[in-house]
Amino acid sequence: MRRLTKKQRRNLIRILVSAGLLLAVEILCLTKVLPEPVYIRLPLFLVPYFLVGYDVLRKSVLGIAHGQLLDENFLMTIATVGAMAIGEYPEAVFVMLFYQVGELFQNIAVGRSRKSIAALMDIRPEEARVERDGGEAVVSPDEVAVGEVVVIRPWEKIPLDGVVIEGTSDVNTLSLTGESAPRDVAAGDEIVSGCVNGAGLLRVRVTKPFGESTVSKILELVENSQTVKSRAENAVTKFARVYTPAVVGLAVLVALIPTLITRDLHWVKTALIFLVVSCPCALVISVPLTYFAGIGAASKQGILIKGANYLEALANTDTVVFDKTGTLTEGSFRVSSVRPAAGFEAERLLAIAAAAERNSNHPIARSLAAAAGDTAEAITVHSVEELAGMGVRAVANGQTVLVGNARLLAAEGIAPPDDLGAVAGTVAYVAVDGVYAGAAVISDVCKADAAEAMRDLRAAGVRRLAMLTGDRAAVAASVAEELGLTDYRAELLPAAKVEAVERLLDEKQGTLAFVGDGTNDAPVLARADVGIAMGAFGSDAAIEAADVVLMDDKPSSIARLLRVARRTRRIVWENILFALAVKIGFLVWNLFMPNMWAATFADVGVAVLAILNASRAGK
Amino acid sequence: MKKSYSLIDLDCANCAAKMEKNIKKIDGVNDATVSFLAQKLILDADDTRFDEILAAAVAAIHRVDADCQVKL
Repeated sequence: MRRLTKKQRRNLIRILVSAGLLLAVEILCLTKVLPEPVYIRLPLFLVPYFLVGYDVLRKSVLGIAHGQLLDENFLMTIATVGAMAIGEYPEAVFVMLFYQVGELFQNIAVGRSRKSIAALMDIRPEEARVERDGGEAVVSPDEVAVGEVVVIRPWEKIPLDGVVIEGTSDVNTLSLTGESAPRDVAAGDEIVSGCVNGAGLLRVRVTKPFGESTVSKILELVENSQTVKSRAENAVTKFARVYTPAVVGLAVLVALIPTLITRDLHWVKTALIFLVVSCPCALVISVPLTYFAGIGAASKQGILIKGANYLEALANTDTVVFDKTGTLTEGSFRVSSVRPAAGFEAERLLAIAAAAERNSNHPIARSLAAAAGDTAEAITVHSVEELAGMGVRAVANGQTVLVGNARLLAAEGIAPPDDLGAVAGTVAYVAVDGVYAGAAVISDVCKADAAEAMRDLRAAGVRRLAMLTGDRAAVAASVAEELGLTDYRAELLPAAKVEAVERLLDEKQGTLAFVGDGTNDAPVLARADVGIAMGAFGSDAAIEAADVVLMDDKPSSIARLLRVARRTRRIVWENILFALAVKIGFLVWNLFMPNMWAATFADVGVAVLAILNASRAGK
Repeated sequence: MKKSYSLIDLDCANCAAKMEKNIKKIDGVNDATVSFLAQKLILDADDTRFDEILAAAVAAIHRVDADCQVKL
């Protein structure tokens, strides 16, 4: 009760009071307490009738004035006035009463699902503390200019995108990704609006105006997603346009022809029941409501969908094409294996290599340092010499150390072991005092859930999984093998990627989804039936080009997305078929055994069940 | 130009569909969406005559449901 709006509560009371009155008058009639004549009984039935239906009557009059003849209020008015005219007073009140029950229920259900989106809107920051004139001013985030400094206190929402200039904290992405994942930030790190600050105080230099910030983009996306219609919704709307006039036409025929022939009024009753069943609203509302719930369910898991049509298309996914770097792999380089030569230890080898590369800022040096950790610090290094295009030479703990590529070893006359030629990744060879000591292989690693994601997608019935990459063939082959992919193409320039996708589009049977990290995949994301961008943090291009945005970096989210899409589609069809079956069933049944109570009950019941079923998609 | 307006007391999904259909027929409208769930009108129309077209769209909405208000 408390969750209802004022208007809903008023309607509920109106329905309950009218129902009580109807029951009381009906009992008085049945027990024959009330005398028979119409002029006594009819006014008593009119009290609950007007109480529960005055707004419908008013709207139907306004509708006629505007030429809206097949308006649902008008149909209800005709049906109930007609029922009164043939002496079916309680039925007339009951039809109006139940119609209102259905309306109220629908209203509540729609309000609920709108609220679930509103909960998502909760990420909208209300205010920002900006440093101005030596103090802090609390302003709306859209009044903060780029370059200004905002102060974010512990546990506050981050109002704008920016770079931390002072302070350390951990920010939580829960509200954006649906998963609680605190991320440490310190001076120099970029932070994204919509996240929630942890326990530290941060000073942040704003890098984007509010209108272009991540949180604005996400909110805009979520808001717009409600207005994009699915094909199913358009089809049902079109059907409703034919259905209502057809049923009303039938009602007119049923009222006129048999009545004129048989002079029996019971055909009029059948015709009135047709009018009751002619309202297509349950059907029309259940489709968008279901997609809405499905989109809501996905967004709770950090999957933002730009419209019902994409969720609809995804239910039919037959081909999923992946970009490699940053999508299936981490996109950052790490030491993936260390291969010491005989007589050397892996840990020692890494420490020496990292120490020799200590002063370099090359990605290889950084990944060596990350892998070696503290062990490299104990080693003293001097006489470091950069050998352009080959590597470094240094004296570490008194030993001459070489770290570099195969050409470096060749130049020094050291024979590299030949088994490393085909390794997928960059090899850093290490030699100590002129003797080959081993090698570290540095490569991008597959995301932890990538292999599982491929299995899940296959299990979900995706016929074809493919990978397209600009990377070298050897690297692509190794990733493909690790993930169990047989369908891949490597060394593709961006234009060639589009061509490759076009070829796959020709061969697909259902929907083709392309998954990329968004930074340089925009043309392909746009070309695919459904473009899915991953790891949308800070990447505007991704949010704009894609149809679906994954807030987290996990390929396994795609299988989850497909499950939501399939489930939503199933519920949509359940509702359409169920509502149609009941409506048509009652139309036929009423030709033989007209019963207004049953027809009204069934019609509203179907609407209520369809709405309840639709909300299942949100779970 | 494309603009979005909130609708208050848009009570029925079928009415929303009718409004959308009628607004789309107005001369100068490139595209229109009336979303029952979002309670919104999104109107994409000719820049030069936008106000005039908007007034026609509001009238079309009132013809279907006299109680539905457009928040301008």
